[in-house]
Amino acid sequence: MTRRVSLVKNLDWWTVFIYVLLVFLGWVNIYAAVYNEEHQSIFDISQRYGKQLMWIGAAFFLAAIILIIEGKFFSAFAYPTYLIMLVLLIAVLIFGREVNGARSWFQLGSIRLQPAEFAKFATCLAISRYISQYNFKIHKFKSLVISSLILFTPAVLIILQRDAGSALVYSVFLLVLYREGLSGIVLFVGFLSAVLFIITLLLVKLYVLLIILGFSFVFLKLIGMRFKQILIGVLSVFIGFYLVWGIVRLLQVEVSVYWILLISIALNMLPFLYCIYKERLKNAIWVIIFAVGSLFFTFSVSYLFENVLELHQRQRINEVLGIESNPHRGAGYHVAQSKIAIGSGGFAGKGFLNGTQTKFKFVPEQSTDFIFCTVGEEWGFIGSTVVLFFLLILIIRLLFLAERQRSPFSRIYGYGVACILFFHLAINVGMTIGLAPVIGIPLPFFSYGGSSLWAFTILLFVFLRLDANRLELLR
Amino acid sequence: MNNFSNRKYIIGGIFILVVFIFIIRLFNLQIIDDTYKQSAENNSQRQVTQYPARGLIYDRNGKLLVYNQAAYDLMLIPRQLSAFDTVDFCNLLGIEKPQLVKGIKKAKRYSYRKASIFLKQLSSERYAVLQEKLYKFPGFFVQTRTLRKYPLKSAAHALGYLREVTNQEIKSDSYFRQGDYIGKSGIERTYEKDLRGKKGVKIFWVDVYNRIKGSYKDGKADKKAVSGKNLKTSLDIDLQQYGELLMQNKKGGIVAIEPQTGEILAKISSPGYDPEMFVGRAMSKNYQMMVQNDSLKPLFDRTMLALYPPGSIFKLVNGLIALQENVISPSTRFECQNGYHAGNFTMRCHAHASPLDLRHAVQQSCNAYFANVFRYVLESPKFGSVQDGYIAWRNHVMSFGFGRKLGIDLQNEKSGSIPTNEYYQKKYRKKWRALNVISVAIGQGELQITPMQMANMVAVIANRGYYYIPHIVKSVGDGEAIDEKYLKKHNTSIDSAKFASIIDGMEMVITGGEGSTGTLAAIKDIRVCGKTGTVQNSAEADHSVFVAFAPRENPKIAIVVYVENGVWGSRYGAPISGLMIEKYLNGEIAENKKWLEKRMLEADLINQTKSTSTNSAN
Repeated sequence: MTRRVSLVKNLDWWTVFIYVLLVFLGWVNIYAAVYNEEHQSIFDISQRYGKQLMWIGAAFFLAAIILIIEGKFFSAFAYPTYLIMLVLLIAVLIFGREVNGARSWFQLGSIRLQPAEFAKFATCLAISRYISQYNFKIHKFKSLVISSLILFTPAVLIILQRDAGSALVYSVFLLVLYREGLSGIVLFVGFLSAVLFIITLLLVKLYVLLIILGFSFVFLKLIGMRFKQILIGVLSVFIGFYLVWGIVRLLQVEVSVYWILLISIALNMLPFLYCIYKERLKNAIWVIIFAVGSLFFTFSVSYLFENVLELHQRQRINEVLGIESNPHRGAGYHVAQSKIAIGSGGFAGKGFLNGTQTKFKFVPEQSTDFIFCTVGEEWGFIGSTVVLFFLLILIIRLLFLAERQRSPFSRIYGYGVACILFFHLAINVGMTIGLAPVIGIPLPFFSYGGSSLWAFTILLFVFLRLDANRLELLR
Repeated sequence: MNNFSNRKYIIGGIFILVVFIFIIRLFNLQIIDDTYKQSAENNSQRQVTQYPARGLIYDRNGKLLVYNQAAYDLMLIPRQLSAFDTVDFCNLLGIEKPQLVKGIKKAKRYSYRKASIFLKQLSSERYAVLQEKLYKFPGFFVQTRTLRKYPLKSAAHALGYLREVTNQEIKSDSYFRQGDYIGKSGIERTYEKDLRGKKGVKIFWVDVYNRIKGSYKDGKADKKAVSGKNLKTSLDIDLQQYGELLMQNKKGGIVAIEPQTGEILAKISSPGYDPEMFVGRAMSKNYQMMVQNDSLKPLFDRTMLALYPPGSIFKLVNGLIALQENVISPSTRFECQNGYHAGNFTMRCHAHASPLDLRHAVQQSCNAYFANVFRYVLESPKFGSVQDGYIAWRNHVMSFGFGRKLGIDLQNEKSGSIPTNEYYQKKYRKKWRALNVISVAIGQGELQITPMQMANMVAVIANRGYYYIPHIVKSVGDGEAIDEKYLKKHNTSIDSAKFASIIDGMEMVITGGEGSTGTLAAIKDIRVCGKTGTVQNSAEADHSVFVAFAPRENPKIAIVVYVENGVWGSRYGAPISGLMIEKYLNGEIAENKKWLEKRMLEADLINQTKSTSTNSAN
């Protein structure tokens, strides 16, 4: 009896309230998205909103069960849960059912389950458990390898299911690791990679090389090289360039400007290294690593982009970068229609059930991945910002709750939940307004679908359960 | 590890930053940028033009001449196209795939967003089958239009025809869209704006498959199409059809006018054509055929476009002018010795008693009499010179409506020509004499007059001095008045008192006993007044002309019949005029004239032109 009372007292009711609110709003918007005159009852089980209501009921039931379970259970069973999940992810590759080109669903009678959704929860548990161990040192090689393994294994399995979108979610654990002491440089490198990735696709590789070169000189200045020396460096690259160019012309060989520049830079490396040695600039090695790494990175990006990514994935990325834009078909069409739906909502929206773009199916997947369009169209700028605010408040609240944990396991897990929710929010909403590539991942608590709703519910309520025990120390 | 707890600010900051960027983006999309609202409407609204029914056309007795029939055009909006079963589509429409590909290309060239016609005028059977399957072919929809239908297949020239609008017409009149029809000739053209009505529009919601999901704002934004106004023409369609029948196998024209009002009762140009040939898809083919391959020029409206010399009927005008100028009196007599002789000049005449007074000169159409009359006018001392005399004479002529467009409510009216003094000055080097232009006295020479103008001349005589501009539409819509200019009386320069003797002569043409030239136009119990004309035609047989009005008192009909290569006015012109008048006034032809009707109906001047012309070289 005392435990019950303390649960009710210690449960973070604010979070529960926002959760229920979001789930309710999601359901209302699903009703609006697929509304038709023939099935007006919001409880009609033959329709998606009717089904969603059932799933919401089941989700509440799940939440209640989770709250009853002892908090210790989750940390104790973190690894077994993770392993079972891996088995399921492998099983789905073999026994799964293919939907929209992705083999990621189990069919159980009329219900379909997507293990990838639950894998996030299991991975979150496992990584929290691992990092919270006493012997974990973030910059120890072994620790890094094992945590990477924990994160990458499900991601790779999910990629094998041809569901790259869900796999990308695991990249967000970088933020969790950062919170737990991972060097900021990793985060910076991650950011740099993203920038390089984009400019590699946007620009001709010669310009990419020039940009890297320019950055390298800026870094050299930052680590203490003198301006005169940098000027000499720039000049010698120039002279080298013209020398090589002259020789190439003389020999009458067809060599592109890109390679000429690369050769001249390579020729300059020897005097450059000598200069560093003389000046005792140890940090210069980082600059070289940066330059060579970036170069290598851009190469692999082009290779990856041309040879590994599938056509539709390339198109989606190109779409966001504005390289290719065909508003009549494919990803371009989706984004164009989605923007039209949201944009036409105006300040106050067209009103409940009055959205035309979503209801008349101009927007694809209007009740799942593109549910935000219904919000934007029917509730306008006001409605969409309110929804964004609720989601943000929930996530920030989770950060706050995570920070008040005594046990590192709970804290790390809390960060994991917040980061996963954030990633879904950023990619899903970003894609509907044309700021992120079209990656089919759901908007937490909003999108239609039992698997994702249950997965997010479990994710969230396990943390709430842990938070209710925040004064205990879990290992 | 709590030494890293400050990093919560960085992580939280990232979250807040991203959401903040999203809100800015949303602000931009939803509030600042208006194009998305426009796109949304383009996406999901379809404006379906409601075509008004074109006004119907009736004759003066309320008989229907033109009505509408539904036709279905298959329209295409290229932007809404998506992959569909082309084999099924082609089978439904009965077309080949290359045609489909070509059609889509053409539509895309015209506009990506605007609808253009893919296939014109589907049959209602095809339409019925297609309509059920149309949802499978996004981008296509059916536009209902109306086509003209002619129950009596008559009066083609007067009614005119419709044709699809050209790009130029679309540019100059914002009412039109591609695929619309416009009146191109006849009444359809003159009264286009009355007949076409006002287009309406219905706005529907459509989904991504272009299926209609309901009406926009419950139809409050819709506009109903307003039907075109009906027209009541002045034509008597029975008379019109009878005239067409009489003129079969003959070239020429008939115009009948109600003198008191100027209303055109019948207007026949022969050979004519079936108005249905110019409806719908067959039009361009038939048009080509008629313009290029038919030497008889069926499209040529002889009543208003053909410029004929009037021949002897013009003697009436000359007689009236002489009376008005007081250079002769009705009892003035002139000699005729088988013609008019002046020095070396001779104008031949047929054999008749001599001398004759004005009435008998009209009755027997004496050339010499009117040559004298014409010289009297031009050489009258009160005009100082022949030239001044001619100018005075021409002013009288012009007051009859000759030499200029009358202003009929039909397009393509020719003005004809009455030569000016300047023209003759140039031709004859300043000083010319009356003898130079003497052929004008008998309606030959440079005179160019349309049958419509001749009919108007008869109306003037019937009215004893005035006319109303001939017109073909009696009323527009629900008894709306027609253009004021058709209600205005136009007086000629001849006093009404001067007409009596001429009209006496005209009655004698029909019933004057010996020497009468137009006896075949006689009708029992009706006083018909007429005048024959035989127009010299150098190359082929002469043209037969007859003008008449009846009854003499309170005339109801004025008519001109012009039969090309009909030789004498008495041979075809007079009988046809008589039959027409009888038909109009009595409604039927008396038994004792059936033989004449039969002869006229059977006469064939087109297929036997050669034999007739050799017989009657005059």
